[in-house]
Amino acid sequence: MAQITLAKAVNNGLRAAMDANPKVLVMGEDVGKLGGVFRVTDGLQKDFGEDRVIDTPLAEAGILGTAVGLAMRGYRPVCEIQFDGFVYPAFDQIVCQVAKIHFRSQGRLTMPIVIRIPFGGGIGAVEHHSESPEAYFAHTAGLKVVACANPIDGYWMIQQAISTDDPVVFFEPKRRYWEKAELDEDRPPAPLFTSRVVRPGRDVTMLAYGPMVKTCLEAAAAAAEEGKDIEVIDLRTLSPLDMGPVHESVRKTGRAVVVHEAPVNLGMGSEIAARITEECFYSLEAPVMRVGGFDTPYPPSRVEEEYLPDLDRVLDMVDRSLAF
Amino acid sequence: MTESDFGPDLGEVFGLSHDGHGAELVQLLTPEGQRLEHPDFSFDLDDEAIMGFYRDLVMTRRIDTEATALQRQGELGIWASLLGQEAAQIGSGRAMRPNDFAFPTYREHGVAWCRGVEPLHLLGLFRGVDQGGWDPYEHNFGLYTIVIGAQTLHATGYAMGMQRDGVVGSGESDQDSAVIAYFGDGATSQGDVNEAFIWASVFNAPVVFFCQNNQWAISEPIEKQSRIPLYQRALGFGFPGIRVDGNDVLACYAVSQAALRRAREGSGPTFVEAYTYRMGAHTTSDDPTRYRVTEELEHWKLKDPIARVKAYLVRNGVTPENFFDSVDAEADQIAAQLRKGCLELPDPSPLDMFDQVYEDESPELAVERDKFAGYLSSFEGAH
Repeated sequence: MAQITLAKAVNNGLRAAMDANPKVLVMGEDVGKLGGVFRVTDGLQKDFGEDRVIDTPLAEAGILGTAVGLAMRGYRPVCEIQFDGFVYPAFDQIVCQVAKIHFRSQGRLTMPIVIRIPFGGGIGAVEHHSESPEAYFAHTAGLKVVACANPIDGYWMIQQAISTDDPVVFFEPKRRYWEKAELDEDRPPAPLFTSRVVRPGRDVTMLAYGPMVKTCLEAAAAAAEEGKDIEVIDLRTLSPLDMGPVHESVRKTGRAVVVHEAPVNLGMGSEIAARITEECFYSLEAPVMRVGGFDTPYPPSRVEEEYLPDLDRVLDMVDRSLAF
Repeated sequence: MTESDFGPDLGEVFGLSHDGHGAELVQLLTPEGQRLEHPDFSFDLDDEAIMGFYRDLVMTRRIDTEATALQRQGELGIWASLLGQEAAQIGSGRAMRPNDFAFPTYREHGVAWCRGVEPLHLLGLFRGVDQGGWDPYEHNFGLYTIVIGAQTLHATGYAMGMQRDGVVGSGESDQDSAVIAYFGDGATSQGDVNEAFIWASVFNAPVVFFCQNNQWAISEPIEKQSRIPLYQRALGFGFPGIRVDGNDVLACYAVSQAALRRAREGSGPTFVEAYTYRMGAHTTSDDPTRYRVTEELEHWKLKDPIARVKAYLVRNGVTPENFFDSVDAEADQIAAQLRKGCLELPDPSPLDMFDQVYEDESPELAVERDKFAGYLSSFEGAH
């Protein structure tokens, strides 16, 4: 079976969704002729035409605002925000319109819009190209927020997001775009809004999503050499959170470490820690620990390796948890 | 610089703005009720239609007056009055066909009337019992949008959808459709509105950008928004702009009809600046005496959009006996119904707020609702 990169897997997923439903549109900056700056939409305009794969003006509010109108007209727009740090001009349209129109209209209007955002750092980029803004969107009622971590999920989750009748913010870990995996298209996928244990273990539960899943799996492998048995859960969905597998795991291990690139302060880890504490209080052997970016703006790329959680910082937090 | 520098097609309908042509208002009915001819626009309906417009204008104002009274009596939290803007809304609203779609601000009560929205349904938002009480698809009239200018992008996207559905410039005049985006003078400073102009222009989308320049954005006069007449901005975006007397229902109808036809035919967007005046406050929470002089209001009262239609009808003796009295009586009846309906609007149940957050409700939201329901039922006497 052929190996496939995450970028290509999402591309294949988009293609499958467009084949399946003529109402699916792809729109964004450079998504057409160029195929996107990460080539995730490569070849789609050639095959589906300029009416369905739309090179837009450089205006993110315009992308989301017109997507609202297209959705009202019965289309299913898949909007690409070129980089995480460029989503903010569209923030008002996403938070005040996309997220609220179903509620405002008492369900008469649906917003089946997917907002694809390549996110996270580690690629040596300039300012605004390495951010992790997921908490802003997970905080907003009316949106659903997911993050894929590998090519298999990239292929399936984008199709599942497109077929969702609610707006989905779809985070893609840009530093993992070129990582490969074998994709068996005949194997049915997990439901979209579910988390999943990707490595079983007994001693500590490690929770991650997007780019940090791989980091955590590597950390778990390293810890195993020291005799520590780490369970890793890929959260996959950030809103709603699927806490069932998390609670089950923590009741078993008594310890949890949440890992993300976004700053720890009021990040996803804060909410996850609170929920674990509420549901698993008597099982906990240690406070829920968090590893993430610092409360600084994303730094110049020459020091981003210090800013981003890496294997050593994750293992250091595992040791702190075990020390309780 | 010659006209051809701006392209051969622009301005064929409305004239180029840079040469001064079109700098004057398009006016077809003077404040004194006299019909005028205009070289580019004519009002092609009969006196029967003008009587219909008169009725629309009176009903709209009466609904507005009643809603203001309801707010003053504590039955509405707030009301955004359209006083003075009736002609702009009825003229443009009546120029729409059933297949056309309107995207309103929160002040388009006259357009709502034209689109057949039950007046009572406008009040839910202002009473605080809902956030939009009508089915947009039933009336082809979007929900009121409170964030200034956001709806202009929705309108443009919807128009792009019409293009993809093959109902623009198809040559089948009964199916070809267009969109009207409503907004005010203040909104023209918003990024969203300027982006909507750009998108509609480059995609040649069938949108009529209908700006009611009522001179005031709450307390800020038009001079705080623009150094040039608003309609002249359109040319910079690559489509025609025209200024119409916003208190002249005949001119608003004629200009809107031409712009809509142009959009339906596939010739792209048009900017219509309906030059009018907000005779009331921004909303019932506002106090215009803090920022504008009474003389200005008195000046605009002489240009009242309803008085001039009545003057025309009276002058020409075209109305049947008791026409004006019967319109007034009907208006009072509608106002009484509106008041009764408003007082009877039920409050939503606290648990209703959990409904319709999503099309497919998330399990965690269901849990939150159940917990809150349990909390509510824990009180003595709770049902």
